Amino acid sequence: MSISTATMTGIDIGAAATTGGAPLGLARRGFRGRVSAIVVNGTHLGVSAAEIERRLLELGIVEGADVQVLHEGPIGRDPIAVRVNGTTIALRRREAMAVIMAVMVG
Amino acid sequence: MTVAEINGWRFALVGTPNSGKTALFNALTGSRQKVANYAGVTVERKTGVLRTASGHRIDLVDLPGTYSLRGRSPDEEIARDVILGKLASEAPPDFLLCVADATNLRVALRLVIELKRVRRPMLLVLNMIDIARRRGIEIDLDRLSDELGVPVVTSTAVRRGGIDELLRRIDGIVATPAAAIAVSEWTTPAIADLRAAQREADRVIRAAVSEPAKPDTWTTRVDAVLLHPVWGMIALLLLLFVMFQAVFAWAQPAMELITAGFDALGAWSRTVLPEGLLQSFVQNGVISGVGSVLVFLPQIMILFLFILLLEDLGYMARAAFLMDRIMGGAGLHGRAFIPLLSSFACAIPGIMATRVIDNKRDRLTTIMVAPLMTCSARIPVYTLIIAAFVPDRPVLGVLGLQGLVMFGLYATGIVSALAVSFVANRFFWRESATPPFMLELPDYKLPQLRSVLMNLYQRAMAFLKRAGTTIFSMMVLIWFLASFPQPPAGATEPGIDFSLAAILGRWIEPLLAPVGFNWQISVALIPGMAAREVAVASLGTVYAIEGGKEAVDQIGHVLATKWSLATALAFLAWYVFAPQCASTLAVIKRETGGWRWMWITFFYMLALAYIAAFVTYRAALALGWG
Repeated sequence: MSISTATMTGIDIGAAATTGGAPLGLARRGFRGRVSAIVVNGTHLGVSAAEIERRLLELGIVEGADVQVLHEGPIGRDPIAVRVNGTTIALRRREAMAVIMAVMVG
Repeated sequence: MTVAEINGWRFALVGTPNSGKTALFNALTGSRQKVANYAGVTVERKTGVLRTASGHRIDLVDLPGTYSLRGRSPDEEIARDVILGKLASEAPPDFLLCVADATNLRVALRLVIELKRVRRPMLLVLNMIDIARRRGIEIDLDRLSDELGVPVVTSTAVRRGGIDELLRRIDGIVATPAAAIAVSEWTTPAIADLRAAQREADRVIRAAVSEPAKPDTWTTRVDAVLLHPVWGMIALLLLLFVMFQAVFAWAQPAMELITAGFDALGAWSRTVLPEGLLQSFVQNGVISGVGSVLVFLPQIMILFLFILLLEDLGYMARAAFLMDRIMGGAGLHGRAFIPLLSSFACAIPGIMATRVIDNKRDRLTTIMVAPLMTCSARIPVYTLIIAAFVPDRPVLGVLGLQGLVMFGLYATGIVSALAVSFVANRFFWRESATPPFMLELPDYKLPQLRSVLMNLYQRAMAFLKRAGTTIFSMMVLIWFLASFPQPPAGATEPGIDFSLAAILGRWIEPLLAPVGFNWQISVALIPGMAAREVAVASLGTVYAIEGGKEAVDQIGHVLATKWSLATALAFLAWYVFAPQCASTLAVIKRETGGWRWMWITFFYMLALAYIAAFVTYRAALALGWG
């Protein structure tokens, strides 16, 4: 199984190039990848970056976890439902921006 | 001799949400359960008694589901404080039963790793092991136990005999004397600790668990429809329609039966008791007071049946997923949708249903706006006034003006509820953080009838016991106001004219005159606090109309001659907002655990009602409808 950031499906490659990986927040349904980093920028509606990071970790979203985008919400494709190593997690794209992905091929 | 041997053992059930913890609790304790609240908070305290085969008595406490001991919500704080023995009212548990969903071990094992730091004796219970086996998940129990350093046992809460092994292990635990309690080494985990714990959990899983190549496809296939942007929404709307219909229509016969039963009981009390104060108290105070509480029970039971089934099925989190953006625009949580919808039938079950919202501020906002949804008790008031004052003429060819006014009243309620929650988020909650929407979508599971019925029974009892006492005492107070002092002998006016209610009504009349209310309306509003529809009967009483319910048409005729159109419209506007329901207020007090939110709701609704009635009255006068 090889990992590549250049072949992401439905992801803005520009963003991928600047951050060294693409955020889960931009991924479309069907996307599969492995978490390469969790980087929370700024506060989210008053919740500190550290708290967002903790909550993501507590739901099992940790570096190295395999993630697949299963569903998108009916309005603005938000929130998204992702499969993380066998568990399904719903989260908003805004928070998913913190999860930096590398894509798995094959 | 240790404390445990003297007082009996205290076990605590700990686990992540959706681990099947409550089903296991029900299987272990059966009907020997008690539901109360932890002191000072609205978190439910569920305890039960378990007798082992060798006759030991164990007190089991079912802690709220939690992902960690950080305590990010009141429920999680309670779980943490009980485990750490920080709660003054609770002795720390002697033993922890940590429950994990065997099909979903990652998050659960991270919690186990965190719990180990508390250094209490612990047993890891792999629940739903039958489902895991069926899916081809193989767990090497000895290896898992070795890697974790915690004994492991499997269970199936929903099958007969599924907990035998667990019971044997518990018997073994209590047969040996309790070890001296070690001092907890737990500290709030830093982000690095969380990462390390999750990596460790993943390592243990790689070592002891082999997952099938093809994961569960059932949930995936059902979700392909139920979480589909189009089909998912259609399914949700259909489901809500059935639910709404059920709460409205299925409850109707039972409600009518209860009303008829209490009416008959009241009539019977008239025949056996001598006319006078005692008869009036028994009939109008006690019997109709109790009846007014019990009449809500069918709606509450039906609504909770749906909610419990959907929750156990795993659908509730998915409804929140679908509704998150729509509700989020007004600052409400996706999970607020079902409670608010239920409030169209009655705000009481709606407010009770807000328990599905785990975040406190989201829950309080939802409770605050729920009474603005047009409940079924407003319908008699709306129909009476509309029939008497709004001409039945077509608008734009097909729509009736009366129906349009009714629709407008419903729409005003919805729009104002969204507006209030929007404003509350902007101004009330500025300092507190909006919780991010992040939740687990558990795999679908068939609800267990026994567990559902047990929870339903507990909800019904909670309503009857606690809300019942408050509602009942308010009913008695309202009866007292409407009955005392008694009319003098030979008085020709209705008795209520001489009562404290009339004195109060005349006293507030100057305050209500600017919105076009006369003293009769002011007086009727006081018994109308009992429930909105009571206002119809009270108006009948103050206008001295005899004949109870059949007289509704007559009341309409009288009002049409005595009120101006402006007054009638102001009265409708008042009823969209006014907190004219003692029962709702009592339930708010009970659900929020204090008077504060009850009074906040009361006053903001009263203010909105006054403003709305004032604006409507003045606008109507300006249009020449005075």
